[in-house]
Amino acid sequence: MSYHWYRGHVYGNDFGTDAPAQDGQAPAHDEQAFAALLADEDRIEPRDDMPEAYRKSLIRQIAQHAHSEIIGMQPEGNWISRAPSLRRKAILMAKVQDEAGHGLYLYAAAETLGVDRADLVDQLHSGRQKYSSIFNYPTLTWADVGAIGWLVDGAAITNQVPLCRCSYGPYARAMVRVCKEESFHQRQGFEILHTLSHGTTGQKAMAQDAVNRYWWPSLMMFGPPDDDSPNSARSMAWGIKRFSNDELRQRFVDMTVPQSEALGLTLPDPDLRWNDERGHYDYGDIDFTELFEVIKGNGPCNAERMAHKRGAHEAGAWVREAADAYADKHARRTEGAA
Amino acid sequence: MTDRPLLDYTLGLADDALVSAQRMGWWISRAPELEEDVALANIGLDQLGQARTLLTYAGELEQEGRTEDDLAYLRDDREFRNVKLVERPMTDFGVAMARLLLFSTYQLHLYRALSASSDATLSGIAAKAVKEVTYHVDHATHWVLRLGDGTAGSHARMQVALDAEWPYVDELFTPLDPTLTRLVADPSALRDPVLTDVRRVVAEATLAMPEVAPALGGGRQGLHTEHLGHLLAEMQHLHRSHPGATW
Repeated sequence: MSYHWYRGHVYGNDFGTDAPAQDGQAPAHDEQAFAALLADEDRIEPRDDMPEAYRKSLIRQIAQHAHSEIIGMQPEGNWISRAPSLRRKAILMAKVQDEAGHGLYLYAAAETLGVDRADLVDQLHSGRQKYSSIFNYPTLTWADVGAIGWLVDGAAITNQVPLCRCSYGPYARAMVRVCKEESFHQRQGFEILHTLSHGTTGQKAMAQDAVNRYWWPSLMMFGPPDDDSPNSARSMAWGIKRFSNDELRQRFVDMTVPQSEALGLTLPDPDLRWNDERGHYDYGDIDFTELFEVIKGNGPCNAERMAHKRGAHEAGAWVREAADAYADKHARRTEGAA
Repeated sequence: MTDRPLLDYTLGLADDALVSAQRMGWWISRAPELEEDVALANIGLDQLGQARTLLTYAGELEQEGRTEDDLAYLRDDREFRNVKLVERPMTDFGVAMARLLLFSTYQLHLYRALSASSDATLSGIAAKAVKEVTYHVDHATHWVLRLGDGTAGSHARMQVALDAEWPYVDELFTPLDPTLTRLVADPSALRDPVLTDVRRVVAEATLAMPEVAPALGGGRQGLHTEHLGHLLAEMQHLHRSHPGATW
């Protein structure tokens, strides 16, 4: 199966492809100096000379990451109005707010590469840039908020912690802060599920159902198997990616299985078992068919997520226009008074 | 013995903040700019925080062992004591900012006065809230100015929003139960200072002060608009679906 159309759907990871022609049109740069920076594990900073393909690849990856944070506000935002206690409501509002903050942070990191946030947002709205497919799944019950925190944020952290050492300085530094908050979110998700799994029969069933639905999509967040991941080698050479998709997926499984035992919840994979020889958990074959359908736009919530995002943007157009007009007026008044 | 007037007063403050926070939460992921998603979440969180401490205190005053969640999730709309201003739908950004200006200006004056109360709990809650609400007033003021004095279209929309909210301002100044006069801030004494502040912003925003009749009050007695029942149905349904569960 070809994954070449498997373009940019994850966050904190990158499986997309840049058009080869763009690489060919890249302006001349000092390849040796860039290679030397990478070899020394030095950070590339915005003012540094860099290959055009490196710049474009980073823009796409950071933008997709930012878009994922923003679209990710929706499935959890879906439960703000119904959170079952005021404490949970406050935690959830703060969490969704954090995601908006991560988006802002990441758009700012992308802007250091010479793009404009408004253009990136337009590309999201027009479908030219993607966001993580995991957010096209619905949050059907309160337990889904816990499952997203525990599994989805857990997978995101596994992807993102290595990015704290990524070769591009602004992205790496953004990731340090994002990872701290994500780690907090992951523990909150775990705690939600722990409370449910130790609660009433109905609550425990709700928690198990959420884990059953979110387990496989979470494993798919790491992208296609290494054999089918066309861009990984290049991203590794550039110091953007530090570990392969399968290595990160294994790390996530190894971390998560003992946690599921602590929760008293099962993971929906009959092949999941400890392998003494490998020193890792074995897990069953991932059926990527569903994921590909979701990426193609046929997931449970693709249309809703984009309609919500575009709808909010369009509904706010008059506000942004007014703010611009007001700023212009006041700039003129200030000039006139000077 | 329960001090019923003080309990109702505290519930009024708590429910204003809680219902307002519930409406504010809707905006998170729907704001005109990402920065505004963050700001409105912040404001909603402040209001929710106020509601939680006030509800906890109301539970103590009531002396029936009810927690903040019991009071938030297990009362029906006739038992809620909030003003009607905060309970109506708020899905237009102009309405949201008009309402925030009116409500936060009222809250600012109320909490300032209440921070001098001889009730130590209420004065402590109020003193903390003053800092938060000062920011809410500032945020709303800036938006009312931008929208009122922005484009012709935004000016018209902001005026419509202000006119729509205005009938519900009067209820904010519902007179205090006479037994509480020496203890807490009297909302009816806040009419002039609140309206003076609002008038200043409205004028600077090139808007007109609305000339519309006040709507009938009653929120403080549990007589609400039809909207509150829907808001509570959504807010309370999960909690009520699992009686006695811990979350």
